[in-house]
Amino acid sequence: MIISIASGKGGTGKTTVAVGLALSIGASQFLDCDVEEPNASLFLKPTITGKTSVSVLEPWIDESRCTYCGECSRICAYHAVAVFEKNILLFSQLCHGCGGCILVCPEKAIAEGKRNIGVIEEGTSNSIIFMQGILNIGEHMATPIIKDMKRLIRKDMDVIIDSPPGTSCPVIESMKGSDFVCLVTEPTPFGLNDLKLAVETVRELNIPFGVIINCDGIGDDGVREYCQEENIPLLLSIPWSRGVAEAYSRGVPATEIDAALKEQFNTLYRRIGSMVGIKKDSGLQLEASR
Amino acid sequence: MKQLTIISGKGGTGKTTVTAAFAHLADNAVIADCDVDAADLHLILTPDIIRQEPFYGGQLPSIDYERCTQCGVCEQLCRFGAIQSVKVVPVSCEGCGVCAYVCPEQAISMKERLSGNWFLSETREGPMVHARLGIAAENSGKLVSVVRQQAKEVAEKEKKNLVIIDGPPGIGCPVIASIGGVDLVLIVTEPTLSGLHDLKRILEVATHFNVPAMVCVNKCDINAENTRAIEAYCEGKGIAIAGSIPYAPEVTRAMLNRLSVVEYPCAEVTDEVKRIWRKVKEYIFAESNNIYA
Repeated sequence: MIISIASGKGGTGKTTVAVGLALSIGASQFLDCDVEEPNASLFLKPTITGKTSVSVLEPWIDESRCTYCGECSRICAYHAVAVFEKNILLFSQLCHGCGGCILVCPEKAIAEGKRNIGVIEEGTSNSIIFMQGILNIGEHMATPIIKDMKRLIRKDMDVIIDSPPGTSCPVIESMKGSDFVCLVTEPTPFGLNDLKLAVETVRELNIPFGVIINCDGIGDDGVREYCQEENIPLLLSIPWSRGVAEAYSRGVPATEIDAALKEQFNTLYRRIGSMVGIKKDSGLQLEASR
Repeated sequence: MKQLTIISGKGGTGKTTVTAAFAHLADNAVIADCDVDAADLHLILTPDIIRQEPFYGGQLPSIDYERCTQCGVCEQLCRFGAIQSVKVVPVSCEGCGVCAYVCPEQAISMKERLSGNWFLSETREGPMVHARLGIAAENSGKLVSVVRQQAKEVAEKEKKNLVIIDGPPGIGCPVIASIGGVDLVLIVTEPTLSGLHDLKRILEVATHFNVPAMVCVNKCDINAENTRAIEAYCEGKGIAIAGSIPYAPEVTRAMLNRLSVVEYPCAEVTDEVKRIWRKVKEYIFAESNNIYA
């Protein structure tokens, strides 16, 4: 079973939940897909045993063959190639690696090269198989790293995916193919607003999901009311406590200082399992995934 | 006209709280919300929309099935897995147009893809440009650029001397689009190991793109030791600390009341935010003084 932890708004507690869930499952695979700012390793403290670099396609131009006809620049939807009278310029950072320029070049002057954009680190933390993607500074696109990492998903164990914040491409790439999504929010107007966006996104992907309220008690009842109206299962509520906040600040998983919370994560894992199981067995869509 | 962007690396450190406060404290600014895929600033500034425009973030193929012979060439050559069983999968499509180019039957045409909207609004703190990226849409960086361009135009037209930009979390494309060419980025961080880790990365991004940076620590008393570590790190890098804001439940209460924190009674936070604002303003406008000196 693949469970993604996502949020819309940043800093609501995705990593806290993902780490808590992984620690309560034990033997599982953990993917930190927040490749722009990966933080889960600060809590799981894995021993890193392997590194694989991630590269994307980059056109390699053989200027001795180039006639500056401009075909490559015309097909490029990202303005990554500019052709002048006697000059051709490539803007690597804008390139999406679609291969269009290579296809259109009448002189076969463009070959398929590679450019490194980041790294995937693998390791272990007790019985957890840990992976994290790290985007190089100055790079624009996180999705190729997430895609590569997801190819390494194991079929023989449960997988926890720590997603990036937001609702755009990297988030979708992280959640795609999951059996269940936990949306972590905080009970504030910001939390609710971004939760609604995240809900729309998960519905678009047609994945069953539920909501976890973190820092419960700091705000209002807006999130609860919304979940009730929309028939979204409220999976867990984690009250705000200075103790948990301070533990977080030191890189200590919340479940280590709060035994009751560890038990709640166990219950949560079983509940998600049965929700996903029902869907698979009967072919019925969960109410929340409509 | 000057530009200031508030960013953080890590999400949820208080970017929007600080931006909303600055919007109140600034007397001649345009506000731009560039966190286009999870915008929140409008919840505090309650804008009245006076203009709404569609945002076309790219193109999407459309297949004419009367011409399509199901040959599968498009599917084979698409690098994004965006054509499956001769059907377009919009979530995966990056709009490159290779499918349309390679189709031997010319059965595929590229259509403009509506990817969201941007808005020009009036708020109690002045004009605001904001946007909403469509659900599961691409190209947030391009929408950020549109918002910034519009905010600049409004500033020029209405003779405003500053654009205050609320940035997105992370270090990728929308962040890069939010900070390019601005006069200063203010990085809001928190005294957690995650906050420090993410601060280091976003500072590197600012350096990489040659943008001057200042740092402020939010909820500084949650972990005084980490706050000192952040201060020491910044000092080592020659980055000024603009201030340190204590944790206070009133910050959330101000949000619940749709007010910026400086409009709500909480002296310890308000006083510090005002100090930070003065430092930021001094830095931004000092440069222009030099030019005319």
